[in-house]
Amino acid sequence: MTQLEQRTAAETRVHQPGETTVRVGPVSGRVRWRQVTVVVGAAVAVVLLGAASLGRGDFPIGLTDVLRTLVGLGEDTQEFIVLELRAPRIVVGALVGLALGVAGALFQTFARNPLASPDVLGITQGASAGAVAAIVLGGTAGGSGLLGGLGVPLAALLGALVTGLLLLVLAWRSGIDGYRMVLVGIALWAVAAAVTDWLLTRAEIYDAATAYVWITGSLNARTWGEAVPLLVALAVLLPAALATSRALGVVQFGDDTARGLGVRLVPTQAVVVLVAVALTAAAVAAAGPIAYVALVVPQVAIRLTGGARPPLLASGLVGAALVVGADLLTRTVLPQALPVGVLTAAVGAPYLLWLLVRGRRRSTL
Amino acid sequence: MTVNTATTTLPRAGTVRLAAESVSLAYDDRVVVRDLDLQLTDGSFTAIVGPNGCGKSTLLRALGRLLRPVGGQVLLDGHAIQRTPTRDVARVLGLLPQTPVAPEGLTVGDLVARGRHPHQSWLRQWSRDDEAAVAEALTWTDMADLADRPVDELSGGQRQRAWISMALAQGTDLLLLDEPTTYLDLSHQIDVLELVARLHAERGRTVVVVLHDLNLAARYAQRLVAMDDGRLVASGAPEEVLTEQLLADVFDLEARVVPDPVAGTPMVVPVRRLR
Repeated sequence: MTQLEQRTAAETRVHQPGETTVRVGPVSGRVRWRQVTVVVGAAVAVVLLGAASLGRGDFPIGLTDVLRTLVGLGEDTQEFIVLELRAPRIVVGALVGLALGVAGALFQTFARNPLASPDVLGITQGASAGAVAAIVLGGTAGGSGLLGGLGVPLAALLGALVTGLLLLVLAWRSGIDGYRMVLVGIALWAVAAAVTDWLLTRAEIYDAATAYVWITGSLNARTWGEAVPLLVALAVLLPAALATSRALGVVQFGDDTARGLGVRLVPTQAVVVLVAVALTAAAVAAAGPIAYVALVVPQVAIRLTGGARPPLLASGLVGAALVVGADLLTRTVLPQALPVGVLTAAVGAPYLLWLLVRGRRRSTL
Repeated sequence: MTVNTATTTLPRAGTVRLAAESVSLAYDDRVVVRDLDLQLTDGSFTAIVGPNGCGKSTLLRALGRLLRPVGGQVLLDGHAIQRTPTRDVARVLGLLPQTPVAPEGLTVGDLVARGRHPHQSWLRQWSRDDEAAVAEALTWTDMADLADRPVDELSGGQRQRAWISMALAQGTDLLLLDEPTTYLDLSHQIDVLELVARLHAERGRTVVVVLHDLNLAARYAQRLVAMDDGRLVASGAPEEVLTEQLLADVFDLEARVVPDPVAGTPMVVPVRRLR
């Protein structure tokens, strides 16, 4: 009798409220409506913020005109402003936020540590070192300070990838320990920061100014030339990231438990870190190191969805909304147009401090 | 209460499920276990005992495919475990590490559901079998009412039950547990071991458990395996293994061994440490 009562109790508990079981043929899964709501909500927010952003600026354009232009019915001037000046900027912003959000969620889940993000692990700093090297060493002779359109992004991409590979190699000891990865990452960050500073002290003043703008992270003057490669990179990397999601949920339990549950740990670890590094590199190459997005966003997403780990897709979309929103803010509300990285750093740095002070029980550094 | 049926010393009664064949284990260059042979038969309940650092947890890790032997091999159902895909191993053999860590905020229900991981795929993430196994594991371990509580808010004893529930949901014939009673008070130690004994008796699980407490090991396990300095020094029914001589040799302990007044199994009463 009691056995029977308990059984029904267990079954109702397995069916948690706000969750629907879907079974069609061999396909089955659980839909958690709160996660779906966050994903849809964040996607809607990206679209709305993007639309608002398209209309705002030195030449304000009404929403209806923005929409007319998007479907090809606008005037030539409006079309140029919306499609050539503002749209790439917003698309780059959204894609960068998406890439950084997913990268942060991958790192944090993998390392079981909310501090693990490309900012703290030195990858964005590595990108900065690469970009500053290109600006300072490449351009002084002609006085332009820039290697040209492709030079700096490629150098940043290279810097991020090299730092990421170093991280993987140095943290590797028959698998990666998350704690070790954070320590190695901090050391790499320090090295890359030193290289950046050394280059800046050598730089001509004009180059230094260009470099400073770049390492703050900015969406100014982005073109489709930056948006398209980023879109291609995401088309490959996002599915790869989502494919690791199931294994990541178990990897979170620690190496022994994960292997006990049948996860091939070493290949999973290698794929997760490589995808996260590549996502970061692609984002940083397009817009510079927009600070702390990858650190903050997964933790925001985890609180919105109420789960036990940063959800990948929701983190990406929240990241996109954050960057597009921050860019809109810097261009409209603030008295002077700041690079978007200044705003994200202003929010992210206190958050990092709070994270360190709060001292989480299991995830402490 | 588990009755010790004093089965055969040599485990030839049943089929051998898990075996170590002259296994040597090392961390980097430090050899921890040397040339060890051990056979575990279907439906047996074995406790591995020994002093700190004798290599018992290391042996358990090798039996569970967490550690690759530097010599010899581990056989699961007659096949070399290192050459068996992780996922196939995970459908037959479940293991509970010494201090498993659950991510902050994870509910008991979600933890237990993760036990189904080796049975799931990208398309099949929550089959009827998964749901039934999780519901049953929660009920059987008496955790159903705590299913939506975060694991980190549970007491030590409840937490260990949740992990055992996960191992049960995994639905493996074999279960390896590394010191499941660590950090628990005595009544919760009994609680956990009763649960493990029921898994063995009622669910027919083949259980291997590393235990520190000799009296509890003798009471619950059918067979004790005593290790010292990386070697297997005695194996058999508790009354054959737990002798005053063995306690002196292996544990440097002068002790009396008397029958446990409740279960009749051997009980160690320490006298003093030998030098």
